[in-house]
Amino acid sequence: MKVQIDPQRCHGHGRCYDLAPGLFSEDDEGYGQVAGDSAVPPDQEHVARLAVSNCPERAIDLVEEA
Amino acid sequence: MTLDDRFTRDFRETRGDQPLGTRNEIVTGPVTDWATDFSHLEPEWAADPYPIQDDLRQRCPVAHTDRFGGGWLPTRYEDVAAVAYDTERFSSRSIIMSNFRPPRELAPVGGTPPISSDPPFHHDARKLLLPVFTKNAVAKREEATRALCHSLIDAFDGQHSVDAARDYAQYIPMRVIADMLGFPPEDGPQFREFIENSLEGVNLPPEERMERMGQLFDYLLAQIRDHVDNPRDDLTTYLINAELYGRKLDPSHVAGTMALLLIAGIDTTWSAIGASLWHLAKTPADRERLVAEPELLPTAMEEFLRVYAPVTMARLVKEDMHWNGVDMKAEDWVLLSFPAANRDPAQFDRAGEVVIDREVNRHVAFGLGIHRCVGSHLARMELRVALEVWLERIPDFGLHDPAAVTWAAGQVRGPRTLPLRIGPA
Ligand code: HEM
Ligand code: SF4
Repeated sequence: MKVQIDPQRCHGHGRCYDLAPGLFSEDDEGYGQVAGDSAVPPDQEHVARLAVSNCPERAIDLVEEA
Repeated sequence: MTLDDRFTRDFRETRGDQPLGTRNEIVTGPVTDWATDFSHLEPEWAADPYPIQDDLRQRCPVAHTDRFGGGWLPTRYEDVAAVAYDTERFSSRSIIMSNFRPPRELAPVGGTPPISSDPPFHHDARKLLLPVFTKNAVAKREEATRALCHSLIDAFDGQHSVDAARDYAQYIPMRVIADMLGFPPEDGPQFREFIENSLEGVNLPPEERMERMGQLFDYLLAQIRDHVDNPRDDLTTYLINAELYGRKLDPSHVAGTMALLLIAGIDTTWSAIGASLWHLAKTPADRERLVAEPELLPTAMEEFLRVYAPVTMARLVKEDMHWNGVDMKAEDWVLLSFPAANRDPAQFDRAGEVVIDREVNRHVAFGLGIHRCVGSHLARMELRVALEVWLERIPDFGLHDPAAVTWAAGQVRGPRTLPLRIGPA
């Protein structure tokens, strides 16, 4: 599973890097960015889903790998 | 070095040629039907707007009023989001619904950028502020904020009854923003007047409102001049030196942004801290749970922001149009109720209940889209620290007299008098 942020939708609410600091971080202007290689380790799946369901702009997608 | 003479003259003097904007008759008094005559400035709304909003959401869902020269009130999450995202058809030229519409020529900058700005200017004015308000940047203020909260509680000094809105919640954002802007901390009480004038005096005659706004700008201009003479490492000096399109900002932009930070920074966070303490004071089970499980606080805090969202914004309709079943006219107001959106049962389970461990909470207390609150990371830090310190120092507290609690009227809502019993009953 991977996470991605749509930069067109993200407005820097920061719910993702609050809830899943291992997967997301903020850039110099507070916009969310995916930390590391965007792969979600199994023990982070729960917080990844939390970030998705709490982003007010619906800017985060989870991509299931085939 | 060239001398910075942008602020030697009062920038307002050079604006004499601007058109004056439009005024309408001021209508006050009891509302006949909330669906056709709403007013967010009447005491019934200030005391408890939620039943009114819930009722409108079911039967309208977009209410109308002839007051304020005409305006609309969407109450569904979906509609509020649609307005917030549609900056093509709804302008932020004025974001306080009143009896005065500033001249159209004021767009796209507006009086207090970036909140009053429309694209494309908005993006550039906002970008100047973003780096100063990131989560990492505001984390540096956490220690001082915590020390301030402790000193406010130290000052309670054995009293068994305190006004948590006046003696605690109010001072926290006031001091934090005064420090950031580089204003003397003892000026705090003046800020309260500026805020009441701009956000709560909405139904006063426009002349009086303008005179009162004038006092705020007099204050800011004095601070700016002092910072031009004695530059410091603070937000005021930062704005004085900031550049857009290869030149320094217009004096009215510098002062307008400072006014925005002062007003948007204080009243809002003060309301959020106060409403959270009010809820905990009247809900012992939630209070006891947060004392026992402090790690739940960040989740609980988001729930307080959802159900007691302090901020409602406004927009002006740009052109006549048919919108979601209603006929909007150019220059109509739209009252953009993030609080109403946050209680829409189509978006939230148990929307009217306070569920402090709610895990999925896509609330919009800080807005949506390009105007997302620039201060949201700062506000969250202040709210978390204020509640952490309070619960650690005063785990046992309750509501003295529910009827003595008073709420601010207008677009920022929170307790302004909050008498609490502290210590064992
Ligand atoms: C709990 C506290 C707060 C709440 C609920 C809140 C809410 C909001 C909302 C809903 C907006 C969107 C305006 C719109 O759509 O027209 C906004 C904008 C803004 N807020 Fe806050 N705010 C809070 C605290 C703060 C603080 C502490 C500051 C800064 C010191 C701040 C500065 C701003 C600024 C500069 C904007 C304009 C952003 C733009 O237009 O791009 N706010 N706020
Ligand atoms: S929560 Fe959503 S809007 Fe906020 S920073 Fe993360 S991706 Fe962006």
